[in-house]
Amino acid sequence: MWMRLINLKNSTMNETFILNISIVVLFLPLLGFALLIFSGKKLPKAHIVETLILFAALVLSIIIGFTKLAYYRDHNIIGELSWISLQNVPVLGSLNIDLGIKLDNLTVIMLFVVNLISFLVHLFSIEYMKGDKRYNRYFAYLGIFTFSMLGIVLTHNILMMYIFWELVGLSSYLLIGFWFEKKSASDAAKKAFLVNRIGDIGMFIGIMILFTNYKTFTFDTIFAQISAGNLPFNSPIWLTAAGILIFMGAVGKSAQFPLHVWLPDAMEGPTPVSALIHAATMVAAGVYLVARIFVLLTADAMLTIAIIGAVTAFVSATIALTQNDIKKVLAYSTVSQLGYMIMSLGVGAFAFAFFHLVTHAFFKACLFLGSGSVIHAMHHEQDIRNMGGLRKKLPVTYAAFLISTLAISGVPFTSGFLSKDGILAGTLAFGNLTGHWLIPVIAFVVALMTAFYMFRLVIITFHGEPRDHHKYEHAHESKWVMTLPLVILSVLSIFFWYSYNPINAESGWFLDKWIKTPATIVPQDMRFDFMKSTAFVETAQQSTGEYITHSENYVHTMHSVHYPAMILSLVVGGIGILLAFSFYQWKKFDADKLAARLSPLYKFSMNKWYFDELYNNYIVEGNLKFSRFLSWFDNTIIDGIVNGAAKVTRLVSEVNNLFDKYVVDGLVNFSAFLSGSIGMGFRKFQTGKVQTYVVFVVFSVIILLFIFRPFF
Amino acid sequence: MLQVGLNHYLFVSAILFSLGIFGIVTRRNAVMVLMGLELVLNSANINFVAFAKFGNFGMSGQIIALFVIILAAAEAAIALAIVLNIYKTFSTVNVDEIDKLKE
Repeated sequence: MWMRLINLKNSTMNETFILNISIVVLFLPLLGFALLIFSGKKLPKAHIVETLILFAALVLSIIIGFTKLAYYRDHNIIGELSWISLQNVPVLGSLNIDLGIKLDNLTVIMLFVVNLISFLVHLFSIEYMKGDKRYNRYFAYLGIFTFSMLGIVLTHNILMMYIFWELVGLSSYLLIGFWFEKKSASDAAKKAFLVNRIGDIGMFIGIMILFTNYKTFTFDTIFAQISAGNLPFNSPIWLTAAGILIFMGAVGKSAQFPLHVWLPDAMEGPTPVSALIHAATMVAAGVYLVARIFVLLTADAMLTIAIIGAVTAFVSATIALTQNDIKKVLAYSTVSQLGYMIMSLGVGAFAFAFFHLVTHAFFKACLFLGSGSVIHAMHHEQDIRNMGGLRKKLPVTYAAFLISTLAISGVPFTSGFLSKDGILAGTLAFGNLTGHWLIPVIAFVVALMTAFYMFRLVIITFHGEPRDHHKYEHAHESKWVMTLPLVILSVLSIFFWYSYNPINAESGWFLDKWIKTPATIVPQDMRFDFMKSTAFVETAQQSTGEYITHSENYVHTMHSVHYPAMILSLVVGGIGILLAFSFYQWKKFDADKLAARLSPLYKFSMNKWYFDELYNNYIVEGNLKFSRFLSWFDNTIIDGIVNGAAKVTRLVSEVNNLFDKYVVDGLVNFSAFLSGSIGMGFRKFQTGKVQTYVVFVVFSVIILLFIFRPFF
Repeated sequence: MLQVGLNHYLFVSAILFSLGIFGIVTRRNAVMVLMGLELVLNSANINFVAFAKFGNFGMSGQIIALFVIILAAAEAAIALAIVLNIYKTFSTVNVDEIDKLKE
């Protein structure tokens, strides 16, 4: 059988129903894309249709999420169909590739987040993009982007994930380069695409390491094999390698150091696109991928991931301190927060990483859409030095922006406080247990810088006196389609959606009931010490029936560092905010003087650590040099060989030509000449005179008579 | 008294044949060539009759001679018609000048 209908594992009718809805949710945005891209400008209200489609998808995903979390909380719903099933493939034996959907708590929450933010971005774009000449195409691109992102979220195997991963890359390319007439936009799109590709190569190699060993792409099958002690190539190093290589894909998509350079440039795209791609979906895909493969990460792989996350968080936070473009600040803050999530996964705080992913998606989307509202009001002015005092002109935007800023800075009673606090506690516990103290130190420094630069942004943009009076006078609050998403997102940045206790998320339903750290499947001797299960935990596991990855030691440490971490994070957050106010609001210190005094550091940060220059000078230039060498090689050596071959062929054919001309033609001409001259000889006999013929006849008869002599 | 035998007949026939051939070969006028042709035919007729008289062949020689005469008449009619047409085309009946076939 090449293909069969969806084969459900131990399912009731209700599960089938949920699966069917999730397929509908997946394909709705694609339907919107097809509708818009093929109708072109013929459908005048196409954007309304697309937004309604997304609204339908949102409603359906809420239904799915509710059903899953309420009735199937500890039970994953899997539906798969056999896509390719071949026997007798050389080398592999039999080849089976399944397509499928896996709905676990992670999936349904992501499904909701992606659909909600996509819908809000659609709504926001209706007004923001009004008057654009490729209005319909913009919505079509949003549709295909949402489709590919939902694919990543829903799939149950890594091959499909890779396919949708690339689709996300493509659609982000289309969206970032949407205003491709601008050179900077088309360059940014290309940069994003190429940088992502570098990460994807690693991811592909990682996938192939797993596939060659387990002959399947399905996550659960691979994990089952590993937990049965069947390691890739029978070597723990290969398991580490597979983990790190797949993580490389996340490095590209989630803009981790050293591939973070594409994300700030991608701000060339329309601002709602930035909110969609760079807050909630595309960059979250990397974190989601690492969360999916979390169980197969060895201690070495996790340490690598934690270090890369920490470096990313630190580097981009320092850059964000000095940027003057409103979107650039948000872009680097996004990179920094993504570094946080990755770091959190690396230190084993799985649940908090995912929690932060969700909360960050909401408040960062709010920040981006808020900046879009500001840019819209200021007639496409993005430099914060020309803003100021916008609080009075844009009250709704200001309120939403402020709430999100409080959330990202980790102020209590916001969602960001809960998730960030968990991450900080996780790093602190990690440092405590393994001795890698630098990681929590970096985490706290980054928390301080985050609070500082976010409030710097808010103060310069919204407080104080207007600097550009002309633009300020014309600024006005946007229509409801733009402010409504801001309000919804800022409300979602408040704590009570996640936990009734505003200072501790552990007792909230999000962490307590929905998101559990999955049990690691890595062999015991390759785990961190704190992830080795002890006898105590195993009994606890049996009694409660829940997954517990960490040892009792870890759980204890986590609890003991929770309050220190919270107090520390409050302190650093407060210091950051105070510093921002004293620099920019109260003008106690002069920021410019400080910048002048720390001129080398300031320039270093202002120029983004010279990453672009470094890459341009060494990697891009080196690449170009190599390409030039290859071009030279092509032009001289390869072309030389080809031309030489052509010359030899020509020479041979010239000899052939001569042979033809003189020998073959000579023979033919000679035979023609021979028969011609014989004919000329015989021609003389044919005089045309009858009497001559008669004479010939008579003489011939006489001669014949003599020859045969019939009478003698 | 000289007995007229087969050889005399054959001799006359041979002379007549030779004269006919001579006429065919030497004459320029197509009509004269035709006359030579008649002589040749008649020499053959003499041969038929002579062999019929001296050989033991019954009357077949004479009958064939009759046929030849009839055939000669027909041939003369057709040939003269051809000569007329030649004259119409070339404005001459001189066989030396009618050598279109040569080209």
